[in-house]
This record gives sequence, structure tokens and C-alpha cells, in this order.
Amino acid sequence: MPAEIYLNVAISGLLTGLVYGLMALGLSVIFGVVRVVNFAHGEMMTVAMYLAVVLFASLGLDPLLMMLPIAAVMFAVGYAMQMAIINPFISRPEHSQFMLMVAIAIIIVNSLLMIFGPDAQAVQTSYAFDSYAVGPVIVDATKLYAGLAAILVAGALFAFFRYAPLGKAIRACADNYTGALVVGLDVKQLYALSFGLGAACVGAAGAIIVLMVDVTPPLGPAYTLLAFVIVITGGMGSMPGALLGGVLIGLTEAMAGLFFSPSAKSMFAFAILVLVLLFRPQGIMGKKPT
Amino acid sequence: MSITRNASTALNRRRLLAGAAAATTAMAAPAIVRAQGGMLKVGVLLPRSGAQAGIGQDCYRGVELANPIFKSIGLPELEIMNADTETNVEVARSRAEKLIADGAQLLMGAFDSGQSSAIAQVAEQKGIPFVINIAAAPPITEQGYKFVFRNFPTAGMILGDAFANQKEVFAATGVEPKSVVFLHVNDTFGTAMKNGVGAVMPKFNMPYTIKETISYDPTARDLSVEVSKAKAAGADALLVVSRLNDAILLTRELVKQRWSPMGILSMGPGWYEDQYLKTLGKLGDGPLSFVPWYDPNKKLSKQLEGALAKKYPGVNMNTNHIYTFEALLVAADAYKRAKSTDPKALADAIRATNITENVSTGPGISFDEKGQNVKLKNAAIQNRGGKLVAVAPKGATNAKAEWPMTAYDKRR
Repeated sequence: MPAEIYLNVAISGLLTGLVYGLMALGLSVIFGVVRVVNFAHGEMMTVAMYLAVVLFASLGLDPLLMMLPIAAVMFAVGYAMQMAIINPFISRPEHSQFMLMVAIAIIIVNSLLMIFGPDAQAVQTSYAFDSYAVGPVIVDATKLYAGLAAILVAGALFAFFRYAPLGKAIRACADNYTGALVVGLDVKQLYALSFGLGAACVGAAGAIIVLMVDVTPPLGPAYTLLAFVIVITGGMGSMPGALLGGVLIGLTEAMAGLFFSPSAKSMFAFAILVLVLLFRPQGIMGKKPT
Repeated sequence: MSITRNASTALNRRRLLAGAAAATTAMAAPAIVRAQGGMLKVGVLLPRSGAQAGIGQDCYRGVELANPIFKSIGLPELEIMNADTETNVEVARSRAEKLIADGAQLLMGAFDSGQSSAIAQVAEQKGIPFVINIAAAPPITEQGYKFVFRNFPTAGMILGDAFANQKEVFAATGVEPKSVVFLHVNDTFGTAMKNGVGAVMPKFNMPYTIKETISYDPTARDLSVEVSKAKAAGADALLVVSRLNDAILLTRELVKQRWSPMGILSMGPGWYEDQYLKTLGKLGDGPLSFVPWYDPNKKLSKQLEGALAKKYPGVNMNTNHIYTFEALLVAADAYKRAKSTDPKALADAIRATNITENVSTGPGISFDEKGQNVKLKNAAIQNRGGKLVAVAPKGATNAKAEWPMTAYDKRR
């Protein structure tokens, strides 16, 4: 097999992994702060994908340009969901939270089916079939733009949590719930903001991923599962871990397809998960429970 | 004065039982009469959501066109009961059970071999006739089932005709590929076809060898690795067994990875579907599909084509419409002859089917002792300017094959 194929596949896996990472980042933000496991994560991403499809089909707007508006819409959706539906469940047992989020996921899938039908919908941009050739290496233009956009959004999110006062307040809330209450932080509001930020992340990821994958309503559960694999691998609640987990899974899938059988790609992603759970249960960058 | 019961009017156990039996008979009688005079309830099982949703919806067009045509040719109309298999074998099984519980007297479906196998088990267990529209895995009609019938070629039949038609195309154009990469889905149909290729190809003395076989998940979201691997094999052409979404993904990757093989030889669905043609435009031209098709010269073909064009302007008639329509044709014809909804009478009538006025290529519809129509013939069709043209076998063509196909980078 020619040597450049390994590089081609590795670059493709890396770029796909970055987008996976951005998607999982939203899940990590929500769990890290609110401590609610969002079982409707992939379904929320399909909502964002359909928003991108509708904007492209009706107004011809490129999903990459629409990434921020879609993220803003999803932020509002996430904020409202947390305030109206999820907040009353914060202090309830985990199985109640689980059932609530699964119910939301099912409602989203079926609503999308009723609105858009079961057919796959695609966004075909002017660069959909483009690629860049660097010597013998060929890089898919769509994946390249998607990967760069994912880095940009993830960088903005990291900067927000590190430097913005609101981001610091949210981190404080995640680190020490009682302490946050003592110093007078409005925890309920911060929870809603965190869920909104997680949803915005998944909104941006949806706008990016629709360039690479045709959207159908049943796509959601597969991405929810993928996000969980990534977040658990990277470390539940760790933002850099989510990004790293995404890249690791993306690369693993690509290289497993090349070296073994393409139909065994997912198997290798799950094998990584099993190894992590066995030898580092807190995830690659997760904190050990004290 | 003693009060004694008149023997003739006293209510005893025997009279009560006799009365109950008479009442039951009286209540049941109109129902039986209704069943004989009414419409046959046909449970239609198709994957109308999930990965095969596009094809399932396309098959349903064949269902929609059936009743008005049946009426016009003197066949009884059917009462359609719909069920979505969600492209899932277990859902297909449970939906089949539910349809029977809800009163379906015959089942039809289900496009996919895995789902059809599951439905066949239910139909056989419950003793309800099941007419398969599309499913090619040979084992379905090798189980000794008494209630399962298939008016669709098996993988072996498709492959035999496919190799014969390929040789005809190569001979007509004078260009032969020396090697191919075989890409196939790893579901029931894809695996059956892969096994069939190994068994059937040596009998045809093909001019090419298979350099590499690559299987993939039909629900895969990204096929870049598969195409990279295929490209690296350095073969002349691609031999494929796909579904719709993956056919689109494969084409996109071929263009992006700047690989234009001599041609694409497809032995399954996907590459000739309308959604494929519409999504890819000029880039969708060129693939040759070796598929169960229709005889454009048959009267019923023209009628079905006309009805489709009227209801769905711009939609090309394809395998999905043809074989779904014909499965219902088998049901309506059998019901007309059986004059009963009794499952056994219906199954016997289907077994005795002899329809010569049909749509698909070949002499007509009849079933062997296994419930398989062994007379079906396949064709080679090519995507050309967003339309489909027949290029083989001789005598059933309306265009010459373009082989090798135009390179992707020369079309944009």
C-alpha cells in the first residue's frame, strides 16, 4: 500500500475527530457543571443540523457562516430547557433525570420525523467535492474547514471559561456547589447558562457536521452514544479531555479501518473505551474521585 | 296446582350450549360473508424510516399505484395496512406480528433480506401468506416454508445475469477491466452477494480479477477510509453492492479523493435511485447497475410507467416500484382465484400463480415448490443525464453503454 495513504487517512481521522470532540465538549460542559447526563445530546445536534439544512435550502446560507447564529439559537433552547424542565430534576435521583432526558430525546426524534420525514437531507455547498493536494497527500476541503471551525469554537469556549468572569463563576459553581452558594452566586442561573453553553456547543458542532454527514432524524441516538464514548474516554467533565477523546476516537476509527476491516471501525472505538474503563476509569484527563 | 316446566321451553345446559353455538354462528356468518365479498387486507411492511428510508418510501410508490391499475384490469382492490420496519430486523418481526393481530390476511414486503427473513418466520409460524417484493438472500426460500413466496431473483440469479451482462457490455465497447476492487455492505444482502460472487464468478470466465474485497457497515457516516483503501489497490474498476446513502457517500469520496475508475459495476440498489441522481447531478452519471428491471415492451409496464409519471412527474420507474407493484399483483390475482381470505386457500392460489401479463423482465410470474419465481431475468442499466437507459441484454436495450465512464474531473 502506498505510504501516502496512511497520512491521508490519519489527516482525515484527525479532522473528523476534532468535530467529534467539539460535539462531545457540550456534553462535558453540561455534566461538569450541572451534573446531569444529557441523554438527548445527539438529538439536540440533529436539531442544529436541520436548522442548517433549512437555512441552506431556503436562503442559501453556508452552514459554516451560520454556525454562530445556530449556536445562539441552541443556547436559547438549552437555557430554556434547563430553566423550565431540567432544574426541578436536579435534586431528584439519577434514574429520574435519565428518564427525563431519554423522553426529551424520543420527543425530538419523533418531532423531526413528523416535520422533515425520514429521508436523508444534505447540504451541498460549492466546495462539497473539493480537496487540496499537497504533493501526494489529498485533504478533503470540507473536513479541513470543519476541523478548523471546531478548533476555533473550542478555543473560544476554553478562553471563556478561563478568562471571563462569568466563565470563572460557572467553574466555581462546578468545583464547589456549597461554596458558590455561600459567596452569593445565582447557581440556578449559572446552571441554565451552562446548559445553554453546552447546547450552543452542540449547535455549532451540528452546523459543522452537516457538511460531512447527511442528516436523518434517527441519527441522534448514534451521536449520543458516540459523545458518551468520547467523553468517558477523555474524562467526564474535562473539556480538554473531550477534545482529546474526540481526536483519539476519530483517529482510531480511521486507522482501524485502514489496518483491519472498515466494518470493524466502531469496534475499535469501543475497545478503547473498555481499555480506558479498565485501566483509567476516570478517563484520560479526568480527575480521580476523592 | 303444581308448577311444572314445559319440557320444550325449559332452559337446560344443552339448550344453553346449543343456543350459544347458534348465536355465535349467526354472528360469525355475516363476517365470513363480508370477508369473501370485501377487500383482502394486506399488511405492507417497508423500511420507511432509518437508513433505508429513502428506498422504503420509493417502494411505497408501487403500493400507491397498485389499486387503480388492478381495478382497470379486473383484479380486486386491496385494503392496505401499513407498517414501518424502521430498517430494523427486530422491529420488522414485531410489526409483522402486530399486523397479523390487527387482521392482516396477507403480508407483503420488506425490501431487505434480513427484515424479510424475520417476517417470513412470523408468517410461517402464524400461517399467513407472505409475498416478498425485494430481498435476494437465497436462504429465505430454502427453508421449506409453505407460506412464503418471492417474486424477486436470488443473489445467485442476480449475479449470474450480472456477469453475463457485463461481458456483453465489455464485448460491445471493446474495453475490459483487468482488475476490480469489490466494495460491499456487510448486511444480510451484501454478505449473500459476496458469497455468491465467490461461487458464481468462476463459472463466467470474467476478464478481471478481484484485487481486494472491502466490506463496510451500511449505516456508516464516512466512507473515506474505504475509498482510500480501494484507490490504493490500483484496480481498474469498482464492483459494488451498496444501498442508497452509502452509494452517495462513495461517489462523493471518489470525487474528493480524485479517483476516476474505468467504471462502477453495481450489483444492488443505490446507484440508480432517483435520490442518487438528484443529489449528485452530473457526478451521478456513469455507473452501470445490473439489476432486476422491467420489460419496456410489456403492456402493464407501460401502464405502470404512465401511472407513475402522472402521480410523480420526474420520477424514473425503477426496481422498487416494479417489484412492490408485482408483489401486490400476485396477492390480488391469488385472491381473485381463491375467492377467499382463508390463509391456506390464498397460499394454494399463490402457489398456482401463472401471470404472463406482468411488468418485470422474463416470461412472467409463477413459483416453484420452494415459493421462488425462477423465471426472472435481469438487465444492465446506466445513469445517463439524470435518466436510466437499458444497455443489456440484447433485445431489451434502448441505448449503447458508455464504457469507460467519463472521468469525474472532466464533468465539473
